[in-house]
Amino acid sequence: MTALRRALLALAAVLAMGSPALAVQPDEVLADPALEARARDLSKGLRCLVCRNESIDESNADLARELRIVVRERLVAGDSDAQIIDYLVSRYGEYVLLTPRADGSNLILWGAPILLILIGGGVAAAAVTRQRRPPEAALDPAEEARLRELLDD
Amino acid sequence: MIAELGHFTLITAFAVAIVQMIVPMIGAWKGWSGWTAVAAPAATLQALLVAFSFAALTVAFVTSDFSVRLVVANSHTDKPMLYKIAGVWGNHEGSLLLWVLILALFGAAAAWFGGQLRPSLKARVLAVQASVGVAFYAFILFTSNPFERMALPPFNGEDLNPLLQDPGLAFHPPFLYLGYVGLSMAFSFAVAALIEGRVDAAWGRWVRPWTLAAWLFLTIGIALGSWWAYYELGWGGFWFWDPVENASFMPWLIATALLHSAIVVEKREALKAWTILLAILAFGFSLIGTFIVRSGVLTSVHAFANDPERGVFILLILGIFTGGALVLYALRAPVLQARGVFGVVSRESALVVNNLLLAVSAFVVFVGTIWPLVAEMAFGRTLSVGPPFFNAAFTPFVIALGIILPLGSILPWKRGRAKALRPMLPVAVLALAVAGLVWAMDTGQSLGGPLGAALGVWLVAGAAVDLMTRTGRGRWSDRLGRVTRLPGADWGKALAHGGLGITIFGVAALTAWQREAIEVLQVGDRLSEGRYEVVLTGVNRVQGPNYVATRGDFAIFDDGRELGTLHPEKRVYPVARMPTTEAGIDSGFTRDIYVVIGDPQAGGGWAVRLYIKPFANWIWGGAIIMALGGLLSLGDRRYRVAAGARKVPAE
Repeated sequence: MTALRRALLALAAVLAMGSPALAVQPDEVLADPALEARARDLSKGLRCLVCRNESIDESNADLARELRIVVRERLVAGDSDAQIIDYLVSRYGEYVLLTPRADGSNLILWGAPILLILIGGGVAAAAVTRQRRPPEAALDPAEEARLRELLDD
Repeated sequence: MIAELGHFTLITAFAVAIVQMIVPMIGAWKGWSGWTAVAAPAATLQALLVAFSFAALTVAFVTSDFSVRLVVANSHTDKPMLYKIAGVWGNHEGSLLLWVLILALFGAAAAWFGGQLRPSLKARVLAVQASVGVAFYAFILFTSNPFERMALPPFNGEDLNPLLQDPGLAFHPPFLYLGYVGLSMAFSFAVAALIEGRVDAAWGRWVRPWTLAAWLFLTIGIALGSWWAYYELGWGGFWFWDPVENASFMPWLIATALLHSAIVVEKREALKAWTILLAILAFGFSLIGTFIVRSGVLTSVHAFANDPERGVFILLILGIFTGGALVLYALRAPVLQARGVFGVVSRESALVVNNLLLAVSAFVVFVGTIWPLVAEMAFGRTLSVGPPFFNAAFTPFVIALGIILPLGSILPWKRGRAKALRPMLPVAVLALAVAGLVWAMDTGQSLGGPLGAALGVWLVAGAAVDLMTRTGRGRWSDRLGRVTRLPGADWGKALAHGGLGITIFGVAALTAWQREAIEVLQVGDRLSEGRYEVVLTGVNRVQGPNYVATRGDFAIFDDGRELGTLHPEKRVYPVARMPTTEAGIDSGFTRDIYVVIGDPQAGGGWAVRLYIKPFANWIWGGAIIMALGGLLSLGDRRYRVAAGARKVPAE
């Protein structure tokens, strides 16, 4: 399924290239600045599905434009931010979210920075406080012999 | 003919590398000086052979030899000469050839400048370096032959990806590769030292310049890439947390950590095992980066290669070298005994915290980068990890690092007291005052702006104070005189730290205060944002060498005063069938005016976007200053490669 989806995305990306447009278009902008600001914030967290690692706010693809318009239509209809995101996730899956949700297995992802710094910090603190001065290195037999040789001279 | 010669010399270089990998290693093990002596001439010969091979491919590109498949796929007779040359490494096969060329050059450099190294260590270093080469020669020759011919040569080529036809990006890959591959020297030194079971101050003194050089190139390479994205992609973004960007950023973070821990090995003979581990990890992350970029396993804006078979091969190389080195590390690291003991409050401890923050942040970036892959394979979730995650997870590390940096840099070695931090008190007061001032002036009341300003002042002024404390006591006029005569390493340190402050401020300021306006303009219309205004004075069609462009002419104004004109373009490359945007940018010290022209609209006129980007150039300016600091440090006579490498450290 994912291979097929990748192939379709690649195809869509090629098709999208034929009709370049700039990111947010003048005709998309909402009259109400507060709603428009919310639309921009939401757009920055939504992935353009046919692009490589671009948000719909930055993307030139047609699909990104459609998504931007959907987001704005929903905003005008009075949906909350959470409702809009839920709607888009139900349509496109959580792949559309640039901010991964902090639930289930994703807790590993979100917990990683805290966990890593705690483990690393613990190890580092232990290493720094438990240093021991190494015993003065004993000479190995060859060095002993050489030393005697030098002293005897 | 020339292509066949290139292919032949590449195969010969492969054979030489095999000899260089085996013979000196056995020689060093058995103590046969005749065998160890093979290493240096073999390294030189290998570098010459691969250089010839690379030159042969370059000739094929420059002369547009369309009987070579790679030239057909990536070049065109109309392409400007600069991009014909850049086209050599603007593709999978050619970039790998560049990779082995640089690898061989670093090996040869170690052979040439390594006269003072212990012969056994030198032989082992060159053998390990050759073993990395062997893996990559095999990869090129068996999966990615750049010299493959076409049975029926076409009349012309398919052109290079237009996004790559840009001066900034033409030199971006060579710098990155110099950095990536430069870290192989640290790796070879680490593995050779593990085999010998001996790490001392001389080892640290040897590894540092190589790591510093690699770090320097990596810094420049990353900055070039970021600058390119800023002006080329059409909306002035400078960092996207794209997998390919992360691939270069992770080795940079680890290399930065390594640079600092190698100082501790050299000056204090502590943190030996950790430094070895970092050297292995740094090159390991370089290999991971190569894997990510070359396999296309994580789709991203820059993935030009998409071939699972090649991916598996690189994964194998990654597993053998990183895995093998780590096993060796586990076996031998206990042998490495630290000699220098240090107190909890000391320069060493501060550098431990530096290393902790840098290494953990690199792993955080790593986890975020591969998480989509892990989530899909292990949990069946198809998801994205985008910039919001990285911004949230990475920024705290930068802030923590920025706060401890000036404090750590003036703490004395071995054992310090909090009193030593007193010179930084006025700097802290200044930084907080600036933060308060910015907070009061900032109408948007963002948190990032004041925080970035405070960190910037703290780091830059902190670096200046650090430099002044190095001048000792006495009258200020004497100290100012002395500051100019401080060793290059002191200046390098101050510049690198100050540069970081400037970059942090630039990033924070741009993120917090950037403004934009979007509108449809007819010729003669105005668009304004704050005190800045642009007027569309005309739109023309322009014929370029291998593209056609729609070019807008804009007059720009600051408070009604005319600043000049800008000419943003929208280009279409007919051969590659791809559009690109060329922004019109008026670069200033405190702001960039960034204009982009878009499509003609149905009702007439053009979509125009105007961005005001405050302090944009400070981001790359800071990076250049950091690199300059690295260069000064590298030029310090005390650290010149080999200088005093045999001296026993003063204890």
